[in-house]
Amino acid sequence: MLTVNSINCGIVIDHITAGNGIKIFEKLKLDEVNFPVVLLINVPSSKLGKKDIIKIENKIDVDITMLGLIDPEITVNIIENDKIVKKMNTVIPKEVQGLFKCKNPRCVSNFDEYVTPKFRLVKANGKIHYRCNYCEELTSYSI
Amino acid sequence: MSLKGRHLIDPNDFTMEELNEIFNLADRMVEERDAFGEICKGKILGTLFYEPSTRTRLSFESAMLRMGGKVLGFSDAGTSSVSKGESIADTIRVLSSYADVMVMRHPKEGAPKLASEYSFIPVINGGDGGHQHPTQTLTDMLTIRRYKGTLENQTIAFCGDLKFGRTVHSLISALSNYKGSKFVLISPAELRLPGHLKSSLLEKHNVSIYETESLEEVINQIDVLYMTRIQKERFFNEADYMRLKDSYILDRHKLKDSKEDMLVMHPLPRVNEISYDVDDDKRAIYFKQAELGIYVRMALIALLLGVNVNAYS
Ligand SMILES: [Zn+2]
Repeated sequence: MLTVNSINCGIVIDHITAGNGIKIFEKLKLDEVNFPVVLLINVPSSKLGKKDIIKIENKIDVDITMLGLIDPEITVNIIENDKIVKKMNTVIPKEVQGLFKCKNPRCVSNFDEYVTPKFRLVKANGKIHYRCNYCEELTSYSI
Repeated sequence: MSLKGRHLIDPNDFTMEELNEIFNLADRMVEERDAFGEICKGKILGTLFYEPSTRTRLSFESAMLRMGGKVLGFSDAGTSSVSKGESIADTIRVLSSYADVMVMRHPKEGAPKLASEYSFIPVINGGDGGHQHPTQTLTDMLTIRRYKGTLENQTIAFCGDLKFGRTVHSLISALSNYKGSKFVLISPAELRLPGHLKSSLLEKHNVSIYETESLEEVINQIDVLYMTRIQKERFFNEADYMRLKDSYILDRHKLKDSKEDMLVMHPLPRVNEISYDVDDDKRAIYFKQAELGIYVRMALIALLLGVNVNAYS
């Protein structure tokens, strides 16, 4: 079994559905940083079978809403002095602002630079969609 | 809740009681129009037409002028400097100090909603791309109410392009709030009402829906027949177009099987979906419908402005 030293001070993004780790790694632009980051993939998990984990040796600002949008199974642990000082569960956000664009090419939010796209969560046929505040079209988010 | 200061972006922005308030006032305005000739004196309607739509613009201007108000605006953003590179938010923040109520038509869907977030005065959506055109819906509802006496227990047929026609989508969704509404949907298979709309109607309102390809099959059971145009390019192939095109044209011959008091409606302009020989029939009310559009806009503007509508009657 591969072992990786635990981090002293930073963030652990845990319970990432296997396969999503690399996508989140890229989304957070962790390939561009100058502090230690570890991406573990296919780690055995009792909850998920297999999971991915990202360990970041620095306290960066992680957008919990965005992580919930990508994968609501994710938990985020804040580490200080080798101890977990805060545990956060992500949730599927009910409202999203500015994290993605409306897929309707005729929507005003795709033309007016001043507009922040705004969406509200809609569940239809077990699928998660976001309804645009402006044109009301549904957009499903995927990374 | 009063309508004063509110926006109209989507027909669902107003409750059934609020819609009734608009229709009741519109009825009074039809009966004695001159009594309302001064109620908007000193008020200005801004007409922000980012794409030309002469018919809609004139109907709003006429409505305001008939109440003694004034109008200002532009009718084509291409020839005016107002929109060049400026965000809608900035334009609206400035223009909302020039008028007391505004109507906006815009080719981009959701633009009037965006405007309403920055406007200090009521915004009326005068049509945003293929999305909404709420004053058309209000016009259609007022027409049915005036001619049938009620919006309840009507069998309303929509004929033509039910897939892309926004007037149809808005009107169906508005009418589904009224009890006893029955919808008959007449269209070629490829131009049927979108599935998501149909299922939300069935789930939320428990209305009855009957779909058919043939107008002749159902014409004798209909209270209101709402005709729309089918554009040739919407058909998947030429053979279907040739086979079906005449089935969606209403003429005197098809009309003879219909109820005596059926209403034939159309949002206008028509091309060939209603033949001219129908115009003289008493069931044909599409020109009256266009006229009622002025009254519904008058009532809407007066209520959004909160002017005194009782002063003269
Ligand atoms: Zn949109």
